[in-house]
Amino acid sequence: MALAKDYASVMGRNNEIMKKALGLDYEEFESGRLRFDYEELMTSTGYTLEEIQRIQALTGVGNTPILELRNLTALARKYAKPGYGATILAKDEASNPSGSFKARRAACAVAHAKKLGYKGVMAATSGNYGAAVASQAAMQGLKCIIVQECFDSKGIGQPEIIEKARRCEAYGAEVVQLSVGPELFYSFLSILEDTGYFNASLYSPFGIAGVETLGYEIAQQCRARYGKDPAMVVCTSAGGGMVTGTARGLIKAGAKSQCVGASIDLTGLHMASDTQFNLKSCTTGHTGFGVPYAVDPDHSDVPRSAARPLRYLERYVTVTQGDVMYITEALANLEGVERGPAGNTALAAAFALAQELPVDEYIITSETEYTGAGKHLQPQLDFARDNGIEIFFGDPGTEDKPGTNIVLPKSPAYIKTKDMDMDRLRASFIRRACRKRDIMNPCDDDIKFLMEETLASEEFVRGVIAEMNK
Amino acid sequence: MAKKGDWVRIHRVVLDAAGRAPGVPEDTAKVPLEMWVKGELKADAQIGDEVEVITATGRTEYGELIEVHPYYTHSYGKFVPELIEIDKQLREELFGGGK
Repeated sequence: MALAKDYASVMGRNNEIMKKALGLDYEEFESGRLRFDYEELMTSTGYTLEEIQRIQALTGVGNTPILELRNLTALARKYAKPGYGATILAKDEASNPSGSFKARRAACAVAHAKKLGYKGVMAATSGNYGAAVASQAAMQGLKCIIVQECFDSKGIGQPEIIEKARRCEAYGAEVVQLSVGPELFYSFLSILEDTGYFNASLYSPFGIAGVETLGYEIAQQCRARYGKDPAMVVCTSAGGGMVTGTARGLIKAGAKSQCVGASIDLTGLHMASDTQFNLKSCTTGHTGFGVPYAVDPDHSDVPRSAARPLRYLERYVTVTQGDVMYITEALANLEGVERGPAGNTALAAAFALAQELPVDEYIITSETEYTGAGKHLQPQLDFARDNGIEIFFGDPGTEDKPGTNIVLPKSPAYIKTKDMDMDRLRASFIRRACRKRDIMNPCDDDIKFLMEETLASEEFVRGVIAEMNK
Repeated sequence: MAKKGDWVRIHRVVLDAAGRAPGVPEDTAKVPLEMWVKGELKADAQIGDEVEVITATGRTEYGELIEVHPYYTHSYGKFVPELIEIDKQLREELFGGGK
């Protein structure tokens, strides 16, 4: 008898479908009431850093160059106090086969799928990850389906996402495009069930292990070239995988660099809103993903996400869409490197953060991404204007209103970061973790787990719980 | 008229507005969840017909035929004067402009 394919029936079979599609039983890692064994999950698939390096090298992934951005550094120093203005570097991840760091995650996911004998891979993503999975599937000889949220109810698509669809098709993948809404997951599950393909989730342990080589390379390359680790590594944060993997790789290399997360501030725009979908002018790297995935990593397409940014972030900053557009143009115009825009979120932040560091230090942004038709600041700004967004020069720090305007900095001096309140994020994480499992009186082991998950003190965790129970 | 074997794009409502997930924003809850996919047409048809296609991975999908020989039209966008302004400003700031 054919299985019922209505929404409730398919969603009801979620666990069963996922278990088959991941080749991994997450139940094995649950080790307490709140606790699961994160490190065991990360090592469960048996891939060491060396093994990942070998897998990535087979398809030309990784070992990307570091670009020293001399003119952007000189420009940042102009606005820094004397003796300040670290050298700005960029890890040129656009030179990976699919044009972004996501090739690192996809290489491992697809290799794992192949090893387990799956005939095809699927991923739910409107971002660069789709192209990465499609590219790897092409190289490793598996079929590939990418499910994208792409259009609003008027059928108008984000130019950036349409370009990513084109790229997936260029690599031979099937692209299923959907209108706005979280039920994308239903369509994804339903096709996963029909095809028996592997879920090449962004949040699997091998996906995140794939990013560890990035952090590791940053440390090795900086030591070889400059004789020291970068003082700061700035990572664009959306789903949290970049931050998590890079920080883990840096730790494995024994680097003492501070890992800083950066997202575009899109406060006020609802990510599942049909009418607000096309009012944003960057479709990733923003707080609409960055914040929910930081405070509740386990709402993704796997039971336990391997991307857990609050385990690693001591600092998380925001910049504005205008800052990112401006720095993207500056990167092309002053450095002769056309990349982004969304992947330049961390670069906009690094430009401002460099001014906090002494001149003899180094600050590196962990990625660049390819640029192309649709996925470029001109079509994205043009699209914004067509959707009634006002674009003008001013002070993004005080005038930015996501969904209403894009404020281009009136001078590079106005590119600034804003620090997110880490304690607020940590408290939100703790409350969500407790409420999700209905554990309002966590035991000592739960408290310890929450401390590991958020880098918080015992006093802080206990304080949040006491407040919640008031 | 589209011929059997033509590469086409189809459209289908996956969930009507009433069947959407609980908790979606009010504006989203008023509209259906729609899907677009491409594939090889299984039989001759007209635009607007309900058809079946074979996708790139060999799946059968059905929906309304909306486009024959679909192609991309996304571009580098229309002129954005602010970009010229940024370039001028950067040259001025870093290299002293035309000096």
